[in-house]
Amino acid sequence: MDLATFAVQLLNAVQYGMVLFLVASGLTLVFGILGVINLAHGAFYMLGAYLAYWLSAYTGNFALAMIGGVAIAFVAGMLLETVFVRLLYGRDHLAQVLLSFGLILVIDEIRQILFGKDVHSVAPPAWLSGSIQLTNNLSYPVYRLAICAFCIAVAAIIFLVITRTKVGMIVRAGAENREMTRVLGIKFDQVNRYVFAVGIALAALGGIVVAPISTVFPGMGDSMLILSFVVVVLGGIGSVAGAAVGALLIGLTDTFGKVFFPSVASILIYLLMAAVLLWRPNGILGRKDA
Amino acid sequence: MRQPFRRKRVMSEVALQATRLTKHFGGLKAVSDVSLDVHRGEIHAVIGPNGAGKSTLINLLSGELLPTSGAIKTGALDITTFAPDRRARAGLGRAYQKTTIFAQFTVHENVRLAAQARSHAPLKMFGGIGSDTAIKQRTQDAIVKAGLAGRGEIVAAKLSHGEQRQLEIAMVLATDPGIILLDEPLAGMGTSEARRIVDLIASLRIGRAVLIVEHDMDAVFELADRLTVMQDGRVIATGAPQEVRAHPAVRAAYLGSHEGAA
Amino acid sequence: MNMTAPRNQTIIMAVLLIAAIALPFVASTYYVQFVGKAFIMGMLAMALNLVVGHGGLVSLCHGAFFGLAGYILAMTTPKYDAASLMWTLPLAMLASAGAALVIGALALRTRGIYFIMVTLAFGEMLFFFFHDTKVAGGSDGAFINTKPEIALFGTQLLDLDKPIAFYFVVLACLVGVVALLTMIVRSPFGHALAAARDNERRARSLGFPIFRIRLTAFVISGALAGLAGYLAAAQFGFVAPQMLGWHVSATILVMVLIGGLRSVTGPLIGALVLIALEEFLKATTDHWKLAEGLVIIAIVLALPGGVRQLWPMISGTRKETGRAPAVPAKARHV
Repeated sequence: MDLATFAVQLLNAVQYGMVLFLVASGLTLVFGILGVINLAHGAFYMLGAYLAYWLSAYTGNFALAMIGGVAIAFVAGMLLETVFVRLLYGRDHLAQVLLSFGLILVIDEIRQILFGKDVHSVAPPAWLSGSIQLTNNLSYPVYRLAICAFCIAVAAIIFLVITRTKVGMIVRAGAENREMTRVLGIKFDQVNRYVFAVGIALAALGGIVVAPISTVFPGMGDSMLILSFVVVVLGGIGSVAGAAVGALLIGLTDTFGKVFFPSVASILIYLLMAAVLLWRPNGILGRKDA
Repeated sequence: MRQPFRRKRVMSEVALQATRLTKHFGGLKAVSDVSLDVHRGEIHAVIGPNGAGKSTLINLLSGELLPTSGAIKTGALDITTFAPDRRARAGLGRAYQKTTIFAQFTVHENVRLAAQARSHAPLKMFGGIGSDTAIKQRTQDAIVKAGLAGRGEIVAAKLSHGEQRQLEIAMVLATDPGIILLDEPLAGMGTSEARRIVDLIASLRIGRAVLIVEHDMDAVFELADRLTVMQDGRVIATGAPQEVRAHPAVRAAYLGSHEGAA
Repeated sequence: MNMTAPRNQTIIMAVLLIAAIALPFVASTYYVQFVGKAFIMGMLAMALNLVVGHGGLVSLCHGAFFGLAGYILAMTTPKYDAASLMWTLPLAMLASAGAALVIGALALRTRGIYFIMVTLAFGEMLFFFFHDTKVAGGSDGAFINTKPEIALFGTQLLDLDKPIAFYFVVLACLVGVVALLTMIVRSPFGHALAAARDNERRARSLGFPIFRIRLTAFVISGALAGLAGYLAAAQFGFVAPQMLGWHVSATILVMVLIGGLRSVTGPLIGALVLIALEEFLKATTDHWKLAEGLVIIAIVLALPGGVRQLWPMISGTRKETGRAPAVPAKARHV
């Protein structure tokens, strides 16, 4: 592998990892603060991609589609929190798993009614549709670089919010002591609602940004859900920094796994997860004592 | 420094021995260099102000925490690295500060579980739970001994606070331990309830070694054959209750305000 | 944990068993196959409930154990001939038990929500293994052309191609699973498992080796899920990666919740209810998944103790039991 190919693969790994981070950070926030495991997280990623397809076809503008899609997801998150999720605080994990499974069926069918089950593709915005020539026969799409930059910017905002604001303080407390935030959570109904909505919006945002580089298809939410779970298990529940570490590890493992060990690439990330479980059962950046 | 207070033991069968136990949490030394022993047939109380390291010590002894350094032995057996379940099987029984019975089980089921844990086939899959007469007997004995006779079919969650502590002790008894660790058995208890528990604890020492952590000084001085006083994670005095009461460091550090009461 | 079944419950069970035996003689093949399918899913849900209801461990990889055993049958069935039940069934159950041993040993290092995520991820690993590789048809799945048989010296003793024979094999397995699980739940082992569910720390301090207890339950549960998967593959004559997918795992969890977490046979009722509900919804609306999702949400929110919660409401009797066997244990912390 020459340097240029390596650079391309590295960029792919980082780009993939950053999208994973976007989605997984939403999942880990919802768990860390609300103590709720949301299996429907992947369904919102899928829905985000379909919204990107629908809105960009409707408006003809990808940026508008992105803003619209995130707004729709955010509002949907607020509504869901108010109607269903609120009832799950303090319920056991089984109830959370099954309620969110029910939500998946509902969301899937709504997607079926609104968009059908066809596979779609979405065009990236025109000004990002070119490629950068790396060597004579290697080029790299600008849009993928833009994803990296965009995701890093979003990650930076998340980190700033978490380290510098009052809401962030609650988030960090949640990662360390869920009992305490549950007590706090009673006081901060609004915070709960926004956190859930932000989590959902992050999942949808992930779906929107990848829509132009992957195909938009019904089953895309499921595989993303599993990957986000692996990210969270690797990084440690509730830890946003952990999600970043986990996401990049998976991006690197998967991308270079496909290059070097193509026959076993699909199970490499699970082997990675098994290794982390043996080494640190609570995740790389998780608390030591559960 | 604390040697002058070591009383000469007549019966010298050491059941539990901790040697230079130390536990650090990050930079905090919760327990430093603590050595103590508990003999068969005696009640050994550990006292000290809040934050002295008593809870950490009892967690180190029961295996819920592993020491940073130091050693723990039951008789000749070194159990320093044993997990809690293995220590229990080695004859170490523990009652908790916060009542931790199985709330949805009946009193009888709670105690039977404990008896089952120390039976010859604790995880047998064939045959019901009622078939082992030895377990039945041990369950019944423990319930009677703990003063819960006639309460066997009550669901544990419905017992009074005092009865729940009695159940705790019944469960410990049913595991037939050689050593019993009691973590604040009198916490949150009314006077008459406390009286029952104190009498029950006093009877535990026969044939067993008992280590108790307790704040109620009246009870401690009534029950203890020996006392260890801790402060800031260290032992500041060990000895018979009268000796410890007279110790200047103890008076200065801890007992001063309690003396009138004790 | 009410371990002793009341007498009238025993009578009900006996009546239901007689009805199940009589069914093939009075109903059409369609209904016999339908009930057979519900029995198989019920077996799977009961197997799962050993770890979920009795062990307090929410596993999302039982679909993988179920599908794995089905694939073992598909891979051991010769192209134009029947496989021998006598060795393919034990092999399939052994494979599922082995997978449960490995996954359980890793996943049981974690608690609560981690456990759910880890089991889900490892289950999906098996899904992707059969989906992405060519071992048995890849994403298209594989056919089982001839159903397994028991033959001795060339004489066919039992042929699962006959619907009635198949039904009775399923029924016999069902009775066996119920008997085995009842025995386990009522045994010292079952009590230790329930104790670990209700208060892990206390159970450990009494001397119970929690990890070993849970792993044992997980492996038994995985092996029984394998039994169900083997029978399901034989009935459908076809296996596909979706059989291992986590939607199967989640669906059987719904059955467990509907039937009630604290009983052995509850999940069987749950399976019958959910499968009948699905058939009904499929017949009434194109968007049956939407309706099913809403029903699941409603059940989770309104009936945390399963459908048996409805009985007192319907009959108007309220029994103060003092204990709450049907209510799931409180949320556990990570």
